[in-house]
Amino acid sequence: MINHNGDKVKISVRNLNFYYGDHQALFDNTLDILENRVTAVIGPSGCGKSTHLRSLNRIYELYREQRTEGEIILDNENILDKSVDVLELRRKVGMIFQKPTPFPMPVFDNVAYGLKLHFKLNRKEIAERVEKALRGASLWEEVKDKLKKSGMALSGGQQQRLCIARAIATQPEVLLMDEPTSAIDPVGTLKIEELIEELKEKFTIVIVTHNMQQAARISDNTAFFYKGKIVEYDKTEKIFTSPEKKQTEDYITGRFG
Amino acid sequence: MQKRGLAFRKTIDIVLKGLSILFVALTVFMMFWILYTVISNGVKALNWSFLTQPTKPYGIPDGGVLNALLGTVIITFGAVLIGVPAGLLGGIYLAEFAKENRLGNLIRFSANVMMGIPSIIVGLFVYALLVFTTKHFSGLTGSVALSIIMFPVVLRTTEDMLRMVPDSLRESALALGMPRWKATFSIICRAAKTGLITGILLAIARVSGETAPLLFTAQCSDSWPGSYFTQPTANLTVLINEYAGNSPFEEMHVRAWGAALLITAAILILNISCRFIFKESKSAK
Amino acid sequence: MKVHLDTEIDKLKRSILILSSMVEEAVRNAVVAVTERDGEKALRVIENDNAIDRKEIEIEEECLKILALHQPVAGDLRYVVTCMKVNNELERIGDLGESIAKRACFIAKHPGTENVVDFKPMMDIARNMLKGALDSLIYMNEDLAREVINRDDSVDKFRRDIFKELKKNIKKDPEKVSYYLNLMNVSRHLERIADCATNICEDIIYMIKGDIVRHNGLGNAKQETFFDDPEQAD
Repeated sequence: MINHNGDKVKISVRNLNFYYGDHQALFDNTLDILENRVTAVIGPSGCGKSTHLRSLNRIYELYREQRTEGEIILDNENILDKSVDVLELRRKVGMIFQKPTPFPMPVFDNVAYGLKLHFKLNRKEIAERVEKALRGASLWEEVKDKLKKSGMALSGGQQQRLCIARAIATQPEVLLMDEPTSAIDPVGTLKIEELIEELKEKFTIVIVTHNMQQAARISDNTAFFYKGKIVEYDKTEKIFTSPEKKQTEDYITGRFG
Repeated sequence: MQKRGLAFRKTIDIVLKGLSILFVALTVFMMFWILYTVISNGVKALNWSFLTQPTKPYGIPDGGVLNALLGTVIITFGAVLIGVPAGLLGGIYLAEFAKENRLGNLIRFSANVMMGIPSIIVGLFVYALLVFTTKHFSGLTGSVALSIIMFPVVLRTTEDMLRMVPDSLRESALALGMPRWKATFSIICRAAKTGLITGILLAIARVSGETAPLLFTAQCSDSWPGSYFTQPTANLTVLINEYAGNSPFEEMHVRAWGAALLITAAILILNISCRFIFKESKSAK
Repeated sequence: MKVHLDTEIDKLKRSILILSSMVEEAVRNAVVAVTERDGEKALRVIENDNAIDRKEIEIEEECLKILALHQPVAGDLRYVVTCMKVNNELERIGDLGESIAKRACFIAKHPGTENVVDFKPMMDIARNMLKGALDSLIYMNEDLAREVINRDDSVDKFRRDIFKELKKNIKKDPEKVSYYLNLMNVSRHLERIADCATNICEDIIYMIKGDIVRHNGLGNAKQETFFDDPEQAD
């Protein structure tokens, strides 16, 4: 898909509505997420940004009372359709969470798990891909001698990068990140931000963050959410130098939220 | 006026603190008294033949309790085979798929009720269901009775341990593209592994000391537990009941104490090792 | 944290106002010194330029501090950046006032020549433009700013008329050429002061709207300014 500026659109969200039981959390969200760019989603607490993100890989289906209406088009397919293979969708669209969640197994197995899940590979191929993923997550040098150590024994920043390695090992096309550095120390955060800068060459990245400086630093486009609606969506430099809507201006200058 | 208030509060503090320490000390003291009694009386019975010979009727020398020991082990093992998988799978269902719904709540309520049923009633139930109908007492029916007691305990602890695993781990397993069953068994259960094992060990410790259910099912015998499936099987708890309660002979009483010592030791070891396993896993995190 | 930034921005606003009144006074006194041939007054203006330079540095440092410590965005960012640019323009106006004062010194040393040129109308417009620019900064008034920009043409016209008049006088009295050249420079400086006021207004429009309006055809008189002017250097 190509949008009016000539940029390639990776995911097109159309009229997305989201319900927690009877309570509606997202109202008519329409958004084009561009390929190989970092799109930041900002907004005050409870505005629906995480909810929106979790619709993109249908992880909300874990909870019975959560449901969606509308369309999300990825590669010419509406991923909200019942006939879609959710497991393949989640291989294509990886997710990294706020709290690092390494599996209770050695570092190597953590990364290999996803590989074994989706691909038929022999031992050598798995080892190669694990190393590639760990290198891609800027973690190889730090853990190459500790591959047998439990994933839970790494530091917070390392655990998060392990989760990133685990996600990119399955060769996804999109990476969803839900406040990936809010539980990490500043040095670890910096490393992860640099990593995101590298990763966007291969993947399309959508990152939810409550840290506006971070959104300004690392994203190409920014969407400002408020009470479940998308108030403004534009290039990051425009949003942070001269936003169109007053609400956006008030939020990013700290006058509310 | 403020000074009086402070002194008053301090006094209440000290009094309450003193009372709590007193009651704790009392309880701990009781436990040690029981242990002391069991050990001091039981140790008299410990000798080589006690531990290597099967039970023999009064009068025949060199009687032991080995067959009863084996019998307890086998009956408990049988109970584990029946009760633990059911409890595990049920706990998994409750924790993963029935968090809030009516069926889940019904199961939880039923499990709570089951845990409160007196064990003798469980024994009578299995008697009526299996022994009366097949006209056989057997070790197997004893295992069934014990498994009925074990099942709700394993169910609840499994559910509790699985609930302690954070949702974020579940979500990240699913987000990787795992089917639900795989996420549950490979990741969630593995994360809760120590808790689940502890729950099972504690349930074993609980049932291995039960007497009443075995009175009507496995009963007791002097033979080796080869006839587990069709004949009464020797076991330590019923043996204690026989020797201590139904026998007038001093020698048998001593043997009862010895058997009691064995059981107490086993349960103590199980409980203490549970604590160690749990503590070790916590510090590893 | 928000309150802290607002306080800093208020402080910045006040500093700019102080600088602007210093600068306005300098220009006024300089032109009076020219018309009244008052060498004393002119000297005082030249001395005071140091204070203006110091104030400019102080304001620039204030702006840098706000940018570094508060990382403002959107409207706040544009405000601080605009203050930095306005700061520069005000200092330039101050320098122009000093230049006018230097011409006044020269003129004062050559008595006996009548006032062939009346600078008052030109000066009034230039001063009003400067005041208008500063008002539009304080009140964030875009219309006022545009109005000021539009008046730039009339100042240019004044300067051209003065040049014409002075060229005639030079042809008539060639021996007084230095005096007339100095008067030409004074008018040129006044025109530059009006240009600076125009620049300030363009910056204010950017601050308010986020549109950069320079070179937008708002002041096409700029191309004609030195078209028929023999002297380019200052």
